[in-house]
Amino acid sequence: MNIFVCIKQVPDTETKITPKADGSFIETTSIKWIMNPYDEFAVEQALLTKQANSGSTVTVVRVGGVKDTEALRTALAMGADEAILVEGDDNLDSFMTAKAIKGAIEKSGKTPDVVFTGKQAIDDDCLQVPQLVAQMMDLPHVSVVVECNEEGGKYTLKREIEGGAMEVYEVNAPVVIACNKGLNTPRYASLPGIMKAKRKPLTQHSLADVGVSEDDRRVKYSGFQLPPEKPAGKKFDAMEEANQASIVADVVKLLREEAKVI
Amino acid sequence: MAKVLVLAEISGDTVKSVTYEILGKLTGHDVDVAAVGEVPAAAVTELAKYGAANVHSIKGLDNYSPEGYTNALKEFIGSNYDFVFGGATSLGKDLLPRLAGAFEAGLASDVTNFVMDGDNFSGTRPMFSGKCLAKVEISGPKPHFVSIRPNALGMPEAPTAGAGATNEVTGNAGNIRAAIKEIIKGASEKLDLTEANIIVSGGRAMKSAENFKILEELADVLGATVGASRAAVDSGYAAPSMQVGQTGKTVAPTLYIACGISGAIQHLAGMRTSKVIVAINTDADAPIFTKADYGIVGDLFQIVPILKDELKKVLG
Repeated sequence: MNIFVCIKQVPDTETKITPKADGSFIETTSIKWIMNPYDEFAVEQALLTKQANSGSTVTVVRVGGVKDTEALRTALAMGADEAILVEGDDNLDSFMTAKAIKGAIEKSGKTPDVVFTGKQAIDDDCLQVPQLVAQMMDLPHVSVVVECNEEGGKYTLKREIEGGAMEVYEVNAPVVIACNKGLNTPRYASLPGIMKAKRKPLTQHSLADVGVSEDDRRVKYSGFQLPPEKPAGKKFDAMEEANQASIVADVVKLLREEAKVI
Repeated sequence: MAKVLVLAEISGDTVKSVTYEILGKLTGHDVDVAAVGEVPAAAVTELAKYGAANVHSIKGLDNYSPEGYTNALKEFIGSNYDFVFGGATSLGKDLLPRLAGAFEAGLASDVTNFVMDGDNFSGTRPMFSGKCLAKVEISGPKPHFVSIRPNALGMPEAPTAGAGATNEVTGNAGNIRAAIKEIIKGASEKLDLTEANIIVSGGRAMKSAENFKILEELADVLGATVGASRAAVDSGYAAPSMQVGQTGKTVAPTLYIACGISGAIQHLAGMRTSKVIVAINTDADAPIFTKADYGIVGDLFQIVPILKDELKKVLG
Protein backbone atom coordinates (compact mmCIF):
# COMPACT_ATOMS: atom_id res chain seq x y z
CA MET A 1 0.00 0.00 0.00
CA ASN A 2 1.37 3.45 -0.90
CA ILE A 3 0.55 5.72 2.00
CA PHE A 4 1.24 9.44 1.73
CA VAL A 5 1.11 12.03 4.51
CA CYS A 6 1.19 15.79 3.93
CA ILE A 7 2.66 17.82 6.74
CA LYS A 8 3.45 21.46 7.36
CA GLN A 9 5.97 23.14 9.58
CA VAL A 10 4.37 25.93 11.61
CA PRO A 11 5.43 28.29 14.40
CA ASP A 12 5.08 26.68 17.83
CA THR A 13 1.70 27.49 19.38
CA GLU A 14 3.51 29.32 22.22
CA THR A 15 5.04 31.74 19.70
CA LYS A 16 4.22 35.39 19.86
CA ILE A 17 3.61 36.47 16.27
CA THR A 18 5.21 39.70 15.07
CA PRO A 19 4.33 41.20 11.68
CA LYS A 20 7.22 42.35 9.48
CA ALA A 21 7.72 46.12 9.43
CA ASP A 22 6.41 46.31 5.83
CA GLY A 23 3.45 44.05 6.69
CA SER A 24 4.35 41.58 3.92
CA PHE A 25 4.35 38.57 6.27
CA ILE A 26 5.37 37.73 9.81
CA GLU A 27 8.91 37.68 11.18
CA THR A 28 10.09 34.12 10.68
CA THR A 29 13.56 34.35 12.18
CA SER A 30 14.05 33.16 15.75
CA ILE A 31 10.78 31.25 15.70
CA LYS A 32 10.57 27.74 17.07
CA TRP A 33 9.04 25.57 14.35
CA ILE A 34 7.02 22.46 15.02
CA MET A 35 5.06 19.94 13.00
CA ASN A 36 1.52 21.28 12.58
CA PRO A 37 -0.31 19.65 15.54
CA TYR A 38 -3.12 18.21 13.36
CA ASP A 39 -0.52 16.64 11.06
CA GLU A 40 0.77 14.56 13.99
CA PHE A 41 -2.56 12.73 13.95
CA ALA A 42 -2.15 12.23 10.18
CA VAL A 43 1.36 10.77 10.58
CA GLU A 44 0.18 8.46 13.38
CA GLN A 45 -2.79 7.25 11.29
CA ALA A 46 -0.46 6.59 8.36
CA LEU A 47 1.81 4.50 10.59
CA LEU A 48 -1.15 2.58 12.03
CA THR A 49 -2.38 1.90 8.49
CA LYS A 50 1.08 0.67 7.52
CA GLN A 51 1.21 -1.65 10.53
CA ALA A 52 -2.12 -3.17 9.52
CA ASN A 53 -1.06 -3.67 5.90
CA SER A 54 2.30 -5.39 5.57
CA GLY A 55 4.47 -4.31 2.70
CA SER A 56 3.22 -0.71 2.87
CA THR A 57 5.40 2.38 2.73
CA VAL A 58 4.73 5.79 4.27
CA THR A 59 5.97 8.79 2.31
CA VAL A 60 5.75 12.15 4.01
CA VAL A 61 5.49 15.31 1.87
CA ARG A 62 6.09 18.87 2.92
CA VAL A 63 5.99 22.12 0.95
CA GLY A 64 7.82 25.00 2.54
CA GLY A 65 11.05 26.75 3.47
CA VAL A 66 14.31 24.82 3.35
CA LYS A 67 16.02 26.42 6.33
CA ASP A 68 15.30 23.38 8.41
CA THR A 69 13.55 20.13 7.71
CA GLU A 70 12.73 19.40 11.32
CA ALA A 71 9.10 18.38 10.77
CA LEU A 72 10.06 15.88 8.07
CA ARG A 73 12.79 14.39 10.25
CA THR A 74 10.28 14.11 13.09
CA ALA A 75 7.89 12.16 10.85
CA LEU A 76 10.74 9.89 9.70
CA ALA A 77 11.78 9.37 13.33
CA MET A 78 8.19 8.42 14.20
CA GLY A 79 8.43 5.70 11.55
CA ALA A 80 7.72 7.11 8.08
CA ASP A 81 9.89 5.53 5.39
CA GLU A 82 10.81 8.41 3.14
CA ALA A 83 10.33 12.14 2.81
CA ILE A 84 9.85 14.64 0.03
CA LEU A 85 10.45 18.36 0.51
CA VAL A 86 9.25 20.84 -2.07
CA GLU A 87 11.19 24.02 -1.46
CA GLY A 88 8.99 27.07 -1.41
CA ASP A 89 8.32 30.28 0.48
CA ASP A 90 6.55 30.20 3.81
CA ASN A 91 3.90 32.47 2.31
CA LEU A 92 2.49 30.25 -0.48
CA ASP A 93 -1.25 30.09 -0.89
CA SER A 94 -3.29 26.89 -0.57
CA PHE A 95 -3.67 26.43 -4.34
CA MET A 96 0.10 26.50 -4.92
CA THR A 97 0.68 24.20 -1.95
CA ALA A 98 -1.91 21.66 -3.11
CA LYS A 99 -0.58 21.73 -6.66
CA ALA A 100 2.96 21.21 -5.35
CA ILE A 101 1.81 18.23 -3.27
CA LYS A 102 0.08 16.73 -6.29
CA GLY A 103 3.23 17.28 -8.38
CA ALA A 104 5.47 15.74 -5.71
CA ILE A 105 3.25 12.65 -5.35
CA GLU A 106 3.18 12.18 -9.13
CA LYS A 107 6.95 12.62 -9.36
CA SER A 108 7.46 9.91 -6.72
CA GLY A 109 6.20 7.41 -9.29
CA LYS A 110 3.91 5.82 -6.68
CA THR A 111 0.15 5.82 -7.03
CA PRO A 112 -1.32 6.71 -3.63
CA ASP A 113 -3.76 4.34 -1.95
CA VAL A 114 -4.42 6.90 0.76
CA VAL A 115 -3.29 10.47 1.51
CA PHE A 116 -3.48 11.62 5.14
CA THR A 117 -3.33 15.30 6.12
CA GLY A 118 -4.14 17.37 9.16
CA LYS A 119 -7.58 19.03 9.03
CA GLN A 120 -5.92 22.44 8.87
CA ALA A 121 -2.59 24.17 9.45
CA ILE A 122 -2.56 26.36 12.52
CA ASP A 123 -0.61 29.16 10.83
CA ASP A 124 -2.73 30.31 7.89
CA ASP A 125 -5.84 28.43 9.14
CA CYS A 126 -7.09 28.17 5.54
CA LEU A 127 -8.56 24.64 5.67
CA GLN A 128 -8.17 24.25 1.93
CA VAL A 129 -5.25 21.99 1.06
CA PRO A 130 -6.76 18.52 1.72
CA GLN A 131 -9.85 19.28 -0.36
CA LEU A 132 -7.79 20.92 -3.12
CA VAL A 133 -5.37 17.98 -3.29
CA ALA A 134 -8.35 15.62 -3.57
CA GLN A 135 -10.01 17.71 -6.28
CA MET A 136 -6.79 18.17 -8.25
CA MET A 137 -5.96 14.45 -8.07
CA ASP A 138 -9.57 13.45 -8.73
CA LEU A 139 -9.88 11.61 -5.42
CA PRO A 140 -12.69 11.61 -2.88
CA HIS A 141 -11.98 13.25 0.47
CA VAL A 142 -13.33 13.24 3.99
CA SER A 143 -12.27 16.02 6.37
CA VAL A 144 -12.32 16.60 10.14
CA VAL A 145 -12.01 12.84 10.66
CA VAL A 146 -12.10 11.61 14.27
CA GLU A 147 -12.41 7.88 13.64
CA CYS A 148 -10.80 5.84 10.86
CA ASN A 149 -11.21 2.14 10.22
CA GLU A 150 -9.74 0.42 7.20
CA GLU A 151 -10.31 -3.10 5.99
CA GLY A 152 -9.22 -4.38 2.60
CA GLY A 153 -8.94 -0.88 1.19
CA LYS A 154 -12.41 0.14 2.38
CA TYR A 155 -12.50 3.00 4.86
CA THR A 156 -15.21 3.80 7.38
CA LEU A 157 -14.64 7.35 8.57
CA LYS A 158 -16.38 9.49 11.16
CA ARG A 159 -16.38 13.15 10.38
CA GLU A 160 -17.23 15.67 13.07
CA ILE A 161 -19.89 18.20 12.12
CA GLU A 162 -21.84 20.64 14.27
CA GLY A 163 -22.78 20.25 17.91
CA GLY A 164 -20.81 17.03 18.35
CA ALA A 165 -22.78 15.29 15.56
CA MET A 166 -20.95 12.90 13.23
CA GLU A 167 -21.29 11.94 9.59
CA VAL A 168 -20.18 8.37 8.90
CA TYR A 169 -18.65 7.92 5.44
CA GLU A 170 -17.82 4.75 3.59
CA VAL A 171 -15.28 5.09 0.85
CA ASN A 172 -12.94 2.85 -1.09
CA ALA A 173 -9.28 3.69 -1.51
CA PRO A 174 -7.76 5.81 -2.90
CA VAL A 175 -8.96 8.64 -0.68
CA VAL A 176 -7.72 11.83 0.99
CA ILE A 177 -8.36 11.84 4.75
CA ALA A 178 -7.97 15.07 6.78
CA CYS A 179 -7.41 14.20 10.44
CA ASN A 180 -8.68 15.93 13.57
CA LYS A 181 -7.68 15.78 17.21
CA GLY A 182 -9.17 12.74 18.94
CA LEU A 183 -8.42 10.36 16.05
CA ASN A 184 -5.45 8.72 17.78
CA THR A 185 -2.58 9.40 20.17
CA PRO A 186 0.52 10.30 18.15
CA ARG A 187 3.61 8.34 19.21
CA TYR A 188 6.82 9.97 20.28
CA ALA A 189 9.91 9.43 18.18
CA SER A 190 12.16 6.90 19.92
CA LEU A 191 15.91 7.39 20.15
CA PRO A 192 16.60 4.52 17.70
CA GLY A 193 13.91 6.07 15.50
CA ILE A 194 15.73 9.40 15.53
CA MET A 195 19.03 7.69 14.65
CA LYS A 196 17.39 5.73 11.83
CA ALA A 197 15.68 8.84 10.47
CA LYS A 198 19.05 10.33 9.57
CA ARG A 199 19.64 7.56 7.06
CA LYS A 200 16.19 7.57 5.48
CA PRO A 201 15.83 9.08 2.00
CA LEU A 202 14.82 12.74 1.74
CA THR A 203 14.17 13.98 -1.80
CA GLN A 204 14.16 17.72 -2.53
CA HIS A 205 12.37 19.44 -5.38
CA SER A 206 11.95 23.06 -6.36
CA LEU A 207 8.46 24.42 -7.04
CA ALA A 208 9.34 24.48 -10.75
CA ASP A 209 10.26 20.76 -10.58
CA VAL A 210 6.72 19.94 -9.53
CA GLY A 211 5.09 22.30 -12.03
CA VAL A 212 4.21 25.24 -9.78
CA SER A 213 4.89 28.88 -10.65
CA GLU A 214 3.82 32.28 -9.38
CA ASP A 215 1.00 32.14 -11.97
CA ASP A 216 -0.64 29.53 -9.73
CA ARG A 217 -1.10 32.03 -6.90
CA ARG A 218 -4.81 32.58 -6.28
CA VAL A 219 -4.81 34.37 -2.96
CA LYS A 220 -2.49 37.16 -1.91
CA TYR A 221 -1.95 38.13 1.70
CA SER A 222 -0.56 41.50 2.73
CA GLY A 223 -0.87 44.10 5.46
CA PHE A 224 -0.06 41.73 8.30
CA GLN A 225 -0.75 43.49 11.58
CA LEU A 226 -1.48 42.74 15.19
CA PRO A 227 -5.16 42.82 16.10
CA PRO A 228 -6.22 45.97 17.92
CA GLU A 229 -5.81 45.72 21.69
CA LYS A 230 -8.93 46.02 23.75
CA PRO A 231 -9.08 48.76 26.34
CA ALA A 232 -8.65 47.44 29.88
CA GLY A 233 -11.81 45.93 31.28
CA LYS A 234 -13.49 46.23 34.65
CA LYS A 235 -12.31 43.88 37.37
CA PHE A 236 -14.16 42.95 40.55
CA ASP A 237 -12.82 41.22 43.62
CA ALA A 238 -15.33 38.55 44.63
CA MET A 239 -13.13 36.35 46.79
CA GLU A 240 -15.22 37.19 49.87
CA GLU A 241 -18.51 35.33 49.93
CA ALA A 242 -20.31 38.35 51.34
CA ASN A 243 -19.65 40.43 48.18
CA GLN A 244 -20.41 37.81 45.59
CA ALA A 245 -24.13 38.31 45.09
CA SER A 246 -23.88 42.07 44.66
CA ILE A 247 -20.86 41.84 42.33
CA VAL A 248 -22.56 39.25 40.12
CA ALA A 249 -25.69 41.43 40.03
CA ASP A 250 -23.52 44.40 38.97
CA VAL A 251 -21.84 42.40 36.19
CA VAL A 252 -25.19 41.15 34.88
CA LYS A 253 -26.45 44.73 34.87
CA LEU A 254 -23.36 45.83 32.91
CA LEU A 255 -23.81 43.01 30.41
CA ARG A 256 -27.37 44.15 29.91
CA GLU A 257 -27.05 47.93 29.95
CA GLU A 258 -23.45 48.74 29.01
CA ALA A 259 -22.36 45.85 26.77
CA LYS A 260 -25.93 45.10 25.61
CA VAL A 261 -25.17 41.43 24.93
CA ILE A 262 -27.94 39.76 26.93
CA MET B 1 -21.18 45.83 -10.23
CA ALA B 2 -20.31 42.25 -9.45
CA LYS B 3 -22.69 39.37 -9.94
CA VAL B 4 -22.64 37.45 -6.68
CA LEU B 5 -24.02 34.11 -5.54
CA VAL B 6 -24.45 33.41 -1.84
CA LEU B 7 -24.66 29.74 -0.90
CA ALA B 8 -27.16 29.27 1.92
CA GLU B 9 -27.58 26.38 4.31
CA ILE B 10 -31.17 25.73 5.27
CA SER B 11 -32.50 23.20 7.72
CA GLY B 12 -36.27 23.07 8.09
CA ASP B 13 -37.44 26.68 7.86
CA THR B 14 -34.22 28.09 9.26
CA VAL B 15 -31.54 29.71 7.15
CA LYS B 16 -28.13 29.94 8.87
CA SER B 17 -27.69 33.48 10.09
CA VAL B 18 -24.30 33.85 8.39
CA THR B 19 -26.24 33.95 5.09
CA TYR B 20 -28.06 37.11 6.24
CA GLU B 21 -24.81 38.58 7.52
CA ILE B 22 -23.27 38.12 4.04
CA LEU B 23 -26.35 39.46 2.22
CA GLY B 24 -26.39 42.56 4.42
CA LYS B 25 -22.78 43.32 3.57
CA LEU B 26 -23.46 42.93 -0.18
CA THR B 27 -26.23 45.51 -0.36
CA GLY B 28 -26.03 47.36 -3.68
CA HIS B 29 -24.70 44.36 -5.62
CA ASP B 30 -26.55 41.97 -7.85
CA VAL B 31 -26.99 39.09 -5.42
CA ASP B 32 -28.62 35.68 -5.83
CA VAL B 33 -28.94 32.95 -3.24
CA ALA B 34 -28.69 29.22 -3.92
CA ALA B 35 -29.31 26.32 -1.59
CA VAL B 36 -29.08 22.61 -2.20
CA GLY B 37 -32.45 21.12 -1.37
CA GLU B 38 -35.83 22.60 -0.60
CA VAL B 39 -36.13 26.34 0.09
CA PRO B 40 -39.37 26.85 2.03
CA ALA B 41 -41.51 29.90 1.18
CA ALA B 42 -40.82 31.47 4.56
CA ALA B 43 -37.09 31.30 3.89
CA VAL B 44 -37.52 32.86 0.42
CA THR B 45 -39.45 35.78 1.96
CA GLU B 46 -36.76 36.28 4.57
CA LEU B 47 -33.89 36.00 2.06
CA ALA B 48 -35.60 38.55 -0.20
CA LYS B 49 -35.89 40.93 2.76
CA TYR B 50 -32.10 40.84 3.04
CA GLY B 51 -31.49 41.47 -0.65
CA ALA B 52 -31.76 38.22 -2.62
CA ALA B 53 -32.77 38.93 -6.23
CA ASN B 54 -33.25 35.25 -7.12
CA VAL B 55 -33.44 32.27 -4.84
CA HIS B 56 -32.38 29.05 -6.55
CA SER B 57 -33.10 25.68 -5.03
CA ILE B 58 -31.01 22.85 -6.38
CA LYS B 59 -32.95 19.63 -6.18
CA GLY B 60 -32.19 15.98 -6.69
CA LEU B 61 -29.39 15.54 -4.16
CA ASP B 62 -29.99 13.64 -0.96
CA ASN B 63 -27.37 13.79 1.75
CA TYR B 64 -24.42 16.12 1.71
CA SER B 65 -21.32 14.82 0.00
CA PRO B 66 -18.36 16.96 -1.02
CA GLU B 67 -18.22 15.47 -4.51
CA GLY B 68 -21.97 15.52 -5.17
CA TYR B 69 -22.37 19.13 -4.03
CA THR B 70 -19.24 20.18 -5.94
CA ASN B 71 -20.46 18.58 -9.17
CA ALA B 72 -23.98 19.99 -8.95
CA LEU B 73 -22.91 23.48 -7.90
CA LYS B 74 -20.16 23.65 -10.50
CA GLU B 75 -22.71 23.00 -13.21
CA PHE B 76 -25.17 25.51 -11.75
CA ILE B 77 -22.61 28.29 -11.20
CA GLY B 78 -20.95 27.81 -14.61
CA SER B 79 -19.87 31.24 -15.81
CA ASN B 80 -22.87 33.04 -14.32
CA TYR B 81 -21.21 34.62 -11.29
CA ASP B 82 -18.13 36.71 -10.48
CA PHE B 83 -18.14 35.82 -6.79
CA VAL B 84 -19.46 32.97 -4.71
CA PHE B 85 -19.83 33.52 -0.96
CA GLY B 86 -20.62 30.98 1.72
CA GLY B 87 -20.35 30.57 5.47
CA ALA B 88 -17.22 29.10 7.06
CA THR B 89 -19.48 26.51 8.68
CA SER B 90 -18.59 22.85 8.96
CA LEU B 91 -20.21 22.25 5.57
CA GLY B 92 -18.72 25.40 4.02
CA LYS B 93 -15.23 24.58 5.23
CA ASP B 94 -15.46 21.14 3.66
CA LEU B 95 -17.17 22.05 0.41
CA LEU B 96 -15.90 25.48 -0.68
CA PRO B 97 -12.22 24.54 -1.14
CA ARG B 98 -13.23 21.59 -3.31
CA LEU B 99 -15.69 23.69 -5.31
CA ALA B 100 -13.12 26.47 -5.79
CA GLY B 101 -10.62 23.81 -6.88
CA ALA B 102 -13.09 22.55 -9.48
CA PHE B 103 -12.95 26.04 -11.07
CA GLU B 104 -9.17 26.26 -10.45
CA ALA B 105 -10.20 29.45 -8.67
CA GLY B 106 -9.08 31.17 -5.48
CA LEU B 107 -10.84 31.00 -2.13
CA ALA B 108 -10.34 33.50 0.66
CA SER B 109 -11.36 31.47 3.69
CA ASP B 110 -12.73 32.42 7.10
CA VAL B 111 -12.92 36.11 6.26
CA THR B 112 -14.11 38.33 9.12
CA ASN B 113 -14.67 41.55 7.20
CA PHE B 114 -14.56 42.71 3.59
CA VAL B 115 -15.14 45.52 1.14
CA MET B 116 -16.64 45.02 -2.32
CA ASP B 117 -15.92 48.01 -4.47
CA GLY B 118 -17.46 47.33 -7.88
CA ASP B 119 -15.73 44.14 -8.92
CA ASN B 120 -12.89 44.42 -6.42
CA PHE B 121 -12.89 42.30 -3.30
CA SER B 122 -10.62 43.05 -0.39
CA GLY B 123 -11.01 41.10 2.82
CA THR B 124 -9.56 40.81 6.30
CA ARG B 125 -8.83 37.49 7.86
CA PRO B 126 -7.27 36.41 11.13
CA MET B 127 -4.14 34.31 10.69
CA PHE B 128 -2.08 32.33 13.18
CA SER B 129 -5.38 31.69 14.96
CA GLY B 130 -6.08 35.36 15.39
CA LYS B 131 -2.65 36.32 16.67
CA CYS B 132 -2.47 38.64 13.67
CA LEU B 133 -4.70 39.97 10.90
CA ALA B 134 -3.97 40.14 7.18
CA LYS B 135 -5.50 41.67 4.10
CA VAL B 136 -6.61 39.08 1.55
CA GLU B 137 -7.16 39.51 -2.19
CA ILE B 138 -8.07 36.94 -4.83
CA SER B 139 -6.71 36.58 -8.36
CA GLY B 140 -6.97 34.04 -11.17
CA PRO B 141 -10.04 32.65 -12.88
CA LYS B 142 -13.58 33.65 -11.89
CA PRO B 143 -15.66 33.06 -9.95
CA HIS B 144 -13.72 34.07 -6.87
CA PHE B 145 -14.75 32.27 -3.70
CA VAL B 146 -15.07 33.71 -0.20
CA SER B 147 -16.05 32.01 3.04
CA ILE B 148 -17.20 34.19 5.92
CA ARG B 149 -16.76 33.37 9.61
CA PRO B 150 -20.19 33.18 11.29
CA ASN B 151 -20.98 36.08 13.68
CA ALA B 152 -18.07 38.16 12.41
CA LEU B 153 -19.94 40.63 10.16
CA GLY B 154 -22.99 40.99 12.40
CA MET B 155 -26.61 41.14 11.32
CA PRO B 156 -27.48 44.05 9.03
CA GLU B 157 -29.77 46.59 10.66
CA ALA B 158 -31.60 47.97 7.65
CA PRO B 159 -31.08 45.66 4.68
CA THR B 160 -32.27 46.56 1.20
CA ALA B 161 -34.84 44.11 -0.09
CA GLY B 162 -34.44 42.12 -3.30
CA ALA B 163 -37.08 40.66 -5.62
CA GLY B 164 -36.82 37.12 -4.22
CA ALA B 165 -37.84 35.37 -7.44
CA THR B 166 -37.73 31.60 -7.03
CA ASN B 167 -36.14 29.12 -9.39
CA GLU B 168 -35.80 25.37 -9.23
CA VAL B 169 -32.82 23.60 -10.73
CA THR B 170 -32.22 19.87 -11.07
CA GLY B 171 -28.76 19.14 -9.76
CA ASN B 172 -26.52 16.42 -11.10
CA ALA B 173 -24.46 14.86 -8.33
CA GLY B 174 -22.34 12.80 -10.71
CA ASN B 175 -20.13 10.05 -9.35
CA ILE B 176 -19.98 10.10 -5.54
CA ARG B 177 -17.20 7.97 -4.07
CA ALA B 178 -17.23 9.23 -0.46
CA ALA B 179 -20.85 8.82 0.59
CA ILE B 180 -22.52 9.28 3.96
CA LYS B 181 -23.75 6.01 5.36
CA GLU B 182 -25.19 7.37 8.57
CA ILE B 183 -25.52 10.57 10.59
CA ILE B 184 -25.01 10.22 14.35
CA LYS B 185 -26.78 12.93 16.31
CA GLY B 186 -24.68 14.94 18.73
CA ALA B 187 -25.22 14.99 22.45
CA SER B 188 -26.03 18.67 22.23
CA GLU B 189 -28.69 20.15 20.01
CA LYS B 190 -27.07 23.54 20.63
CA LEU B 191 -25.34 25.61 17.98
CA ASP B 192 -21.79 24.61 17.22
CA LEU B 193 -19.12 26.64 19.01
CA THR B 194 -18.07 28.24 15.73
CA GLU B 195 -21.58 29.58 15.20
CA ALA B 196 -22.69 30.14 18.79
CA ASN B 197 -23.72 33.60 19.86
CA ILE B 198 -22.93 32.94 23.53
CA ILE B 199 -20.30 30.52 24.85
CA VAL B 200 -19.67 29.38 28.42
CA SER B 201 -16.21 27.79 28.63
CA GLY B 202 -14.46 25.87 31.38
CA GLY B 203 -10.78 25.28 32.05
CA ARG B 204 -8.53 23.13 34.16
CA ALA B 205 -10.05 24.57 37.35
CA MET B 206 -13.29 22.71 36.57
CA LYS B 207 -11.50 19.72 38.14
CA SER B 208 -13.78 17.03 36.64
CA ALA B 209 -16.12 16.19 33.79
CA GLU B 210 -19.06 16.11 36.25
CA ASN B 211 -18.41 19.70 37.27
CA PHE B 212 -19.08 20.83 33.69
CA LYS B 213 -22.73 20.32 34.65
CA ILE B 214 -22.78 23.71 36.37
CA LEU B 215 -21.59 25.29 33.11
CA GLU B 216 -24.31 23.39 31.20
CA GLU B 217 -26.88 24.82 33.60
CA LEU B 218 -25.58 28.35 33.13
CA ALA B 219 -25.51 27.78 29.34
CA ASP B 220 -29.14 26.60 29.39
CA VAL B 221 -30.25 29.89 30.95
CA LEU B 222 -28.38 31.87 28.29
CA GLY B 223 -29.08 29.63 25.29
CA ALA B 224 -25.32 29.22 25.10
CA THR B 225 -22.98 26.48 23.90
CA VAL B 226 -20.41 25.02 26.30
CA GLY B 227 -16.74 25.11 25.36
CA ALA B 228 -13.50 24.14 27.07
CA SER B 229 -9.82 25.00 27.17
CA ARG B 230 -7.17 22.60 25.96
CA ALA B 231 -6.19 21.85 29.55
CA ALA B 232 -9.74 20.72 30.31
CA VAL B 233 -9.89 18.58 27.15
CA ASP B 234 -6.48 16.99 27.72
CA SER B 235 -7.45 16.22 31.33
CA GLY B 236 -10.49 14.38 30.01
CA TYR B 237 -13.04 16.81 31.50
CA ALA B 238 -14.47 17.74 28.09
CA ALA B 239 -14.70 16.30 24.56
CA PRO B 240 -12.16 17.40 21.90
CA SER B 241 -15.05 18.88 19.87
CA MET B 242 -15.53 21.40 22.71
CA GLN B 243 -11.99 22.79 22.59
CA VAL B 244 -11.61 26.52 21.94
CA GLY B 245 -8.16 27.72 20.94
CA GLN B 246 -5.35 27.44 18.43
CA THR B 247 -5.56 23.65 18.22
CA GLY B 248 -9.31 23.67 18.74
CA LYS B 249 -12.04 25.90 17.42
CA THR B 250 -11.73 29.59 16.72
CA VAL B 251 -14.89 31.30 17.92
CA ALA B 252 -16.55 34.69 17.49
CA PRO B 253 -19.52 34.90 19.88
CA THR B 254 -21.01 38.15 21.18
CA LEU B 255 -20.49 36.92 24.74
CA TYR B 256 -17.76 34.57 25.97
CA ILE B 257 -17.77 33.53 29.63
CA ALA B 258 -14.45 31.94 30.64
CA CYS B 259 -14.68 29.96 33.88
CA GLY B 260 -11.52 28.78 35.56
CA ILE B 261 -9.46 29.43 32.44
CA SER B 262 -6.09 31.05 33.04
CA GLY B 263 -5.72 32.19 29.43
CA ALA B 264 -2.79 30.50 27.69
CA ILE B 265 -1.71 32.31 24.50
CA GLN B 266 -3.30 29.54 22.37
CA HIS B 267 -6.64 29.91 24.12
CA LEU B 268 -6.63 33.70 23.90
CA ALA B 269 -5.91 33.40 20.16
CA GLY B 270 -8.98 31.20 19.65
CA MET B 271 -11.44 33.43 21.50
CA ARG B 272 -10.11 36.92 21.05
CA THR B 273 -12.66 37.89 18.37
CA SER B 274 -15.41 37.47 20.98
CA LYS B 275 -17.25 40.78 21.30
CA VAL B 276 -17.56 40.78 25.08
CA ILE B 277 -15.53 38.58 27.43
CA VAL B 278 -16.34 37.74 31.05
CA ALA B 279 -13.67 35.92 33.04
CA ILE B 280 -14.11 34.17 36.38
CA ASN B 281 -10.90 33.02 38.03
CA THR B 282 -9.42 32.88 41.52
CA ASP B 283 -6.01 34.09 40.29
CA ALA B 284 -6.20 37.87 39.96
CA ASP B 285 -3.05 37.82 37.81
CA ALA B 286 -4.30 35.25 35.29
CA PRO B 287 -3.66 36.40 31.67
CA ILE B 288 -7.36 35.93 30.85
CA PHE B 289 -8.08 39.13 32.81
CA THR B 290 -6.04 41.18 30.32
CA LYS B 291 -8.59 40.28 27.63
CA ALA B 292 -11.73 40.35 29.78
CA ASP B 293 -14.21 43.19 29.57
CA TYR B 294 -15.58 42.11 32.93
CA GLY B 295 -13.33 40.16 35.25
CA ILE B 296 -14.58 38.51 38.41
CA VAL B 297 -11.80 37.42 40.75
CA GLY B 298 -13.45 34.59 42.61
CA ASP B 299 -14.14 30.88 42.85
CA LEU B 300 -16.14 29.72 39.84
CA PHE B 301 -17.89 27.07 41.96
CA GLN B 302 -19.35 29.89 44.06
CA ILE B 303 -19.81 32.50 41.31
CA VAL B 304 -21.31 30.41 38.48
CA PRO B 305 -24.43 29.28 40.44
CA ILE B 306 -25.05 32.87 41.61
CA LEU B 307 -24.60 34.09 38.04
CA LYS B 308 -27.06 31.48 36.80
CA ASP B 309 -29.71 32.54 39.35
CA GLU B 310 -29.18 36.23 38.65
CA LEU B 311 -29.47 35.71 34.88
CA LYS B 312 -32.58 33.60 35.37
CA LYS B 313 -34.11 36.50 37.28
CA VAL B 314 -33.16 39.09 34.66
CA LEU B 315 -33.93 37.01 31.55
CA GLY B 316 -36.88 35.09 32.93
